[in-house]
Amino acid sequence: MSKSFLEVDGLFKIYPDGQGGELTVFEDIRFALEKGEFVCIIGHSGCGKSTILNVLAGLDEASAGNVVMNGKEIKGPGLERGVVFQNYSLLPWKTTLNNIVFAVRARWPEWSKEKVKEHSERYLKMVGLDHALNRKPSQLSGGMRQRVSIARAFATQPELLLLDEPFGALDALTRGVIQDELVKIWEETRQTVFMITHDVDEAILLSDRIFLMSNGPNARIAESVKVDIPHPRARATIFQNPAYHKTRDYLVDFLVNRSGSALPEKDGTPKIVEPAKGVAQSTPASFDSETESESDTAARAVNA
Amino acid sequence: MASLNVRAALLSVSFLILALGLWEMATQPPEAQTGMTEYEMLMGGADQESRVPPPSAVLKLAWAELSNPFYDAGANDKGIGIQLGYSVYRVLTGYLAAMAIALPVGFLIGMSPLMYKALNPYIQVLRPISPLAWMPLALFIIQDSDASAIFVIFICSIWPMLLNTAFGVANVRQDWVNVARTHELGPLRTAITVILPAAAPTILTGMRISIGIAWLVIVAAEMLVGGTGIGYYVWNEWNNLDLASVIFSILMIGVVGMLLDLALGKAQKLVEYKE
Repeated sequence: MSKSFLEVDGLFKIYPDGQGGELTVFEDIRFALEKGEFVCIIGHSGCGKSTILNVLAGLDEASAGNVVMNGKEIKGPGLERGVVFQNYSLLPWKTTLNNIVFAVRARWPEWSKEKVKEHSERYLKMVGLDHALNRKPSQLSGGMRQRVSIARAFATQPELLLLDEPFGALDALTRGVIQDELVKIWEETRQTVFMITHDVDEAILLSDRIFLMSNGPNARIAESVKVDIPHPRARATIFQNPAYHKTRDYLVDFLVNRSGSALPEKDGTPKIVEPAKGVAQSTPASFDSETESESDTAARAVNA
Repeated sequence: MASLNVRAALLSVSFLILALGLWEMATQPPEAQTGMTEYEMLMGGADQESRVPPPSAVLKLAWAELSNPFYDAGANDKGIGIQLGYSVYRVLTGYLAAMAIALPVGFLIGMSPLMYKALNPYIQVLRPISPLAWMPLALFIIQDSDASAIFVIFICSIWPMLLNTAFGVANVRQDWVNVARTHELGPLRTAITVILPAAAPTILTGMRISIGIAWLVIVAAEMLVGGTGIGYYVWNEWNNLDLASVIFSILMIGVVGMLLDLALGKAQKLVEYKE
């Protein structure tokens, strides 16, 4: 068996339950990520998604099991893994630009001041914030803050990007705009991304695969759902693809009816599911790009 | 309608005039009586009682003092500027020494729960001690009145700074610390680039409280050690029964205290941030 880019092997998280016993939040989590993949993980609250992400980030420790990235075991946080937190975690005393500069300087201490600044500005431009370089986070809307946070993570060019429900605190309109931006950046950079979300549509729009977690305690990653929709995707047109509905129905059914009882394969790896297998995958190309740019402008206008 | 500031200023001035007017009226000498009593004649016609001087007398004195604040005519006759200068010098020296200890130790306590638990009992016992209670011990050990006054300032201004620094450092949001961790910053760089700016507003609040306390304490300390300083000046003028000077120096203590607080307030504004 060839080694994957990231291998998670038998992760457990066990807490004392406060009454002398133990509470196993999740158990025997096993999965692998390949380079350049975008993978979302969905599950009900309390299944330990965030803990898994924090273990990958090195901010938390699993009770058992290990994580190997590029053949090296992950111990503690590192710059080769970038994290976007749900609450943005920008440093409020620094300007937008300096928040990025902070990260870029940590990543490449040997770079000159000009190079760091130029690099940081490029990534802020990518998320459409080149007009707000000198504003403090408190002067930005929630959506803009999360864009800065995303720009910070991408600017350090980590090998693995970890997004912890990055759009959870945003209103639906803003969320849509930033999802589009994330799609755009990802198409440009093809980073490996592992993302937590509660939003089924968001997961389908963004991911190549979706991990479905069963409910905690004793949660598992039960299934790995392939999203069979070609890139590039756009929020405004993706629902025209028949594969989208098949996939969506499958995910919703899992979350509503089966998340309590679902189990992975006998060997502990997630069951591989392809709900949209054999469904026609074409969307008219000309229509696709036209609508995309239009909706892009409209959404920007809404956000501004 | 004039702006709020203008109206407030007008009201302030009228309060001042009213207060000064009442004060002036209340301190008029009694009507000279037609005949002097035997006692008065014996006393050369002087009042039987001494009165608080009227504001006009205080203002006249203030004018004279402030137009030549730095004269030095011997041990007990120095300008108000020189006296205040001594006091400010003692306060700042003791205060800076306290800062040099309080900030690093506060960081240590704030970052290490072990050190916090180990040192907290001592802090809790030492903190409520009146700074002046240290004076005899300081005089005996240091054998120098000036240095003893500085030591008293040191001991009274250290606690708010120490505790606020520890509190600010311990309560830096975990998210920001995580940002430092995911960017692989070492402990020293984390302390300087993340924890210090994050805790700075709390630290500055402690420093502002400290300078206020230090300025309160220096007056009392100088009354005890004597020689120079605004506290000594007040006491000396009391011994001279020069109440106009006493009132004048009380006002000057207030003004200088306000200036010190304003300076720290400005510094606080500089490090403040909104989340």
